Amino acid sequence: MIEFRNVSKAFAGTTAVEGLSLRIDEGEFAVLIGGSGSGKSTTLKMINRLVEHDSGQILFRGEEIRSFRPEAIRRRMGYAIQSTGLFPHWTVARNIATVPELLQWEPARIQARVDELLDLLGLEPALYRERYPHQLSGGQQQRVGVARALAGDPELLLMDEPFGALDPLTRAALQREMARIHRRSGKTIVMVTHDIDEALGLATRIVLLDHGRLVQAGTPAELLSRPANEAVTDFLGRSEAGIKLLGLQTVASRARPDEHAEGEPLDGAASLREALSAFVARRVDRLPVVDADGRSLGALRFDDLLRAPS
Amino acid sequence: MTGSPSTGSTWWRDPLPWSLAALLLLSLGMGHLAPLFSAMFPALDRPIYQQESFIALVLAHLQIVAVSSGAAALIGVGLGIAVTRQAGREFRPLVETLVAMGQTFPPVAVLAVAAPLIGFGELPALIALSLYGLLPIVRSTIAGIEYVPAATQEAATGLGMSAGQRLWQVELPLALPVIVTGIRTSTLINVGTAAIASTVGAKTLGSPIIVGLSGFNTAYVLQGAVLVGLLAISIDLAFIRLGRRLERWRLPAAR
Repeated sequence: MIEFRNVSKAFAGTTAVEGLSLRIDEGEFAVLIGGSGSGKSTTLKMINRLVEHDSGQILFRGEEIRSFRPEAIRRRMGYAIQSTGLFPHWTVARNIATVPELLQWEPARIQARVDELLDLLGLEPALYRERYPHQLSGGQQQRVGVARALAGDPELLLMDEPFGALDPLTRAALQREMARIHRRSGKTIVMVTHDIDEALGLATRIVLLDHGRLVQAGTPAELLSRPANEAVTDFLGRSEAGIKLLGLQTVASRARPDEHAEGEPLDGAASLREALSAFVARRVDRLPVVDADGRSLGALRFDDLLRAPS
Repeated sequence: MTGSPSTGSTWWRDPLPWSLAALLLLSLGMGHLAPLFSAMFPALDRPIYQQESFIALVLAHLQIVAVSSGAAALIGVGLGIAVTRQAGREFRPLVETLVAMGQTFPPVAVLAVAAPLIGFGELPALIALSLYGLLPIVRSTIAGIEYVPAATQEAATGLGMSAGQRLWQVELPLALPVIVTGIRTSTLINVGTAAIASTVGAKTLGSPIIVGLSGFNTAYVLQGAVLVGLLAISIDLAFIRLGRRLERWRLPAAR
């Protein structure tokens, strides 16, 4: 859907992105990650032409993005940013309606879309439609920011550190929402973050950048188990790589259906990382596993954590 | 409610109707105060200014202020917008310097230079006042637009607004309260300065003051000055009310 071909960008002589080649396919949740100055934000903003690339090609559905009018291409891509950038003088409903208004949808269709999105992001429409941004909490503002980005039913959603300024609890809740929205809508999402755990939790593909160059791109499991070099290992958190790998897999995927165990059961949907924590905290080496409805899925042994993924 | 005290029991707390009523009563009924002024200034033969009616002076004064401030607002906001656009950015220091110079000149000097060039009457007064009122408006327009948060600007662009849509839908509405503060300052300066314009032959509330000063008639000076003062207060209060109305979305409660 998006393809970078040997793209470079410099700001006043300082290289921001250099020789970047990258493909993001339809339906992917790509997370651009790197330290500050890695060029991840620049890379994102080149996609919707907030930053124009100096050389190379950026293709959107096979066509060079310069062949589109900037406004036209931006209305086909949702855009959400860290400090939300909500319009303070507009109500929540008017904010969410920004892109549909620009696309000149029928008023009835716009209103229905606004309510649908408020519902999707867990904000009661009757309660929040007419509020102003400053009357919302930080987490609610960010939800409205995401709803606004989704409103025009974009082909691609761009998010620049959308949850950077939120407290850990709100942040985790919104990450779950995003994972759910991605599963349900199948939309292609490109997100920038500097939080490796956010990237591991959400991405179908992680793109690790450093000093404007691509270091490694791959699934979270690939990056953790086959890091391209020492820098990747360091960035992923050298000492915790194993634990993070466990965080990517569910208890259900390793449970032995024909075994039984005693004690407080593990949720099959929980990660193996949580299972490890339970084994250590309870000083046991075997725990029962149940699904969301409480039905038994068998048992998990401590050494199952070491088994190769099935 | 919106903070304007217009509900039943508290209407009298709003100073705007009071100052307007005082202005209207005094400008229509100054003649009835003749005994008062005679008592205050027993040495004067004619204690009430009678060359023109006060209501005509108030209206003439108001007209000069409205036209000059309106022109200053149009030009000032236009300049402010122009130098905050991508293309006009480099002219900003030049415009700011020119406009600041315009206000450094004392208005009397501007009038004194304008009169021999353009002639006497209202035109030199209008030109001088318009130039004189530019600075606060240009400054507040620039400040108001710059005060729009960078994230809001980026979101507007990133969501696909054109430069014009961003200006009209985001930048100007958010900058408007600050711009109106500038127009208010400028208009109030002009209410005072317009009085001086009667020195070049424009008919304003400055006429009784100038005539009174040159003829040692303190009563005339007082009559003109009180009306100029009331006019300034009324306009100031009206602007405050307008400013509040423009920022209704900032109020804490959902409406």
